[in-house]
Amino acid sequence: MGTPGFLPIERFQSLIDTLTDDGFRCVAPQVRDGAILYDTLTGVQQLPKGVHQEQSNGRYRLHNTDSPRYFSWANGPQAIKPLTFAPREDLWYAEVNSDGNLKFYQAPTESEPVAVIGVRACDLAALALQDKHFLNAFPDPYYEARRKRLLLIAVNCTHAADTCFCADTGDGPEVQSGYDLSLHETDSGYFVTAGTLAGEMLMHRLPLEPGDDALYSDARNEVSHAGESQRRRLPQQDIQELLFSNLDHPQWQAVAERCLSCGNCTQVCPTCFCHSENEVPSTSGQSTAHQRQWDSCFTPGHSYIHGITLRKDTASRYRQWLTHKFGSWQSQYDRSGCVGCGRCISWCPVGIDPTEEILQISQSPTGEQA
Amino acid sequence: MSTTVKPRIAVHKFSSCDGCQLAFLNLGGELIELTRRVDIRHFLEAGLDDPDADVDIAFVEGSLSTQDEIERIHRVRKHSRYLISIGACATSGGLQALRNLDNQHDQWRDAIYAKPEFIKTLNHARPIADEVRVDFELWGCPINSRQLLAAVNSLLFGVPPIEERDKVCMECKRQQRVCVMVTDNKPCLGPVTRTGCGALCPSFGRDCYGCYGPSDNPNTESLSKRFAGLGLMPDAVARRFLMINSAAPAFHDAGLIARSTDTGDGDNG
Repeated sequence: MGTPGFLPIERFQSLIDTLTDDGFRCVAPQVRDGAILYDTLTGVQQLPKGVHQEQSNGRYRLHNTDSPRYFSWANGPQAIKPLTFAPREDLWYAEVNSDGNLKFYQAPTESEPVAVIGVRACDLAALALQDKHFLNAFPDPYYEARRKRLLLIAVNCTHAADTCFCADTGDGPEVQSGYDLSLHETDSGYFVTAGTLAGEMLMHRLPLEPGDDALYSDARNEVSHAGESQRRRLPQQDIQELLFSNLDHPQWQAVAERCLSCGNCTQVCPTCFCHSENEVPSTSGQSTAHQRQWDSCFTPGHSYIHGITLRKDTASRYRQWLTHKFGSWQSQYDRSGCVGCGRCISWCPVGIDPTEEILQISQSPTGEQA
Repeated sequence: MSTTVKPRIAVHKFSSCDGCQLAFLNLGGELIELTRRVDIRHFLEAGLDDPDADVDIAFVEGSLSTQDEIERIHRVRKHSRYLISIGACATSGGLQALRNLDNQHDQWRDAIYAKPEFIKTLNHARPIADEVRVDFELWGCPINSRQLLAAVNSLLFGVPPIEERDKVCMECKRQQRVCVMVTDNKPCLGPVTRTGCGALCPSFGRDCYGCYGPSDNPNTESLSKRFAGLGLMPDAVARRFLMINSAAPAFHDAGLIARSTDTGDGDNG
């Protein structure tokens, strides 16, 4: 393959304009309240230009630099999950008819076309996992409608955070699949590669220049380096087997002493899909909305069955989170549920790192003293 | 079908600031809608005065702070099918329960009031459930209209209201708020506090101060250690817990443990 076409950084607005002309609402990373969040964007000046970040256990900080780049940071508290699996939404409604019978009808699905700029390799890997869950033999119509409207413009990572371990899970930092357009960032502009027909059609309308071979090679090296710089690792063994043969390991109690059971790890995890459903009746008593909202294996409701909460304590809830995410996902979806984005490490208020917990279990199997 | 009798409601006030009753009055159009379905018999703040009316649901705001209130709550219980306590005062003793902490009721009374002989308060302020059976509790300082309607609407449909016991963090993340502890070192009580407020304080960039009381399974010990790591002195950690809901057991204990580690020389151990 030759060197891709090059979009000079001063022409980056043309990408936004072309998408807008095509009827897309552009969603891109922006600085909000000390973090980088995806939000509606109309101009390049809203992008986090020159912003670098520092992430570690329970800590996230942004710093401004003179860099001309828009994507020289790893990630924010959310991947693109809220755009496909809404934090809260109505699924259906019931109304009392004049004859006293109930009428049920489905909530409308969203169809507004959305172009997301700045999607990372780990986000795409997570999206592919969410697709496996929501678009299986019984596709979820709400997820499906939101998913179908997305056009995804990915950016290869050049600045991994200290919490990242996508190279270890094999999901990044290089964008592999699932994108419409993929960008390699340099100080002077972007190498543009299409991944789909829609991406290719878009690419041909951008004011691209011939790309410089040496610059492209440097850009790709930066991405490789972002992978090599990552320090966190999972043990090189069958983790499903490891965790399920250590269900009584003392480490579950040890982590429960620190764990707040607050659910933040699951709420920032781009692959977690658990939800609860409840009724929101109107005050008139004539109608009700059936809502779905993000839930977590750390809530009492998650394991509630007719009068009993099965997992009452934090040790059992933490064990559920880890054994599912890193263990039984393998049977369920043919791979681990972790894409190595490290969000659960940064956004844990007490800085618990699942890779460290798994390592502890791996290094001292049950029966031996830790 | 026979003529439907509308369920009767009463709103009672005990020791409180009246703020939780505003969750009714602030309903606006919904309040009109609600009165089509229920018959409000007693609600002094709305001008309805019939405290001994028999009702289906009695909402009780405020703590038990005087001997008169102890007697009155038994009358309320006797006249009510369901009793729902609303707000921090009613559910934990609220701010008034701060006086329980140092057992100096008389000294404070005499220092504050010009004519203390007119003040007839008990040494301790207590939650409603300490004295009578409570069917459901709505926590918060103050509670909000959404919470209230959710409970009322459930009961009107004949189903038990859902108790909201998850942590504030869950709702904070659903609303995609940025964590003030992780980005800004603010000592947020969200991870141990009951949800229901809509993550109001973090929505404005401030740390939760626990006004909805302890959540399910609160790990106050770990959070206290984290606060110490953020640089809070033991007294400051204690004050986080010993504020709105100082008499709720989980916060009470966490506060006293933090206090007991205070060496007074600025060492936060």
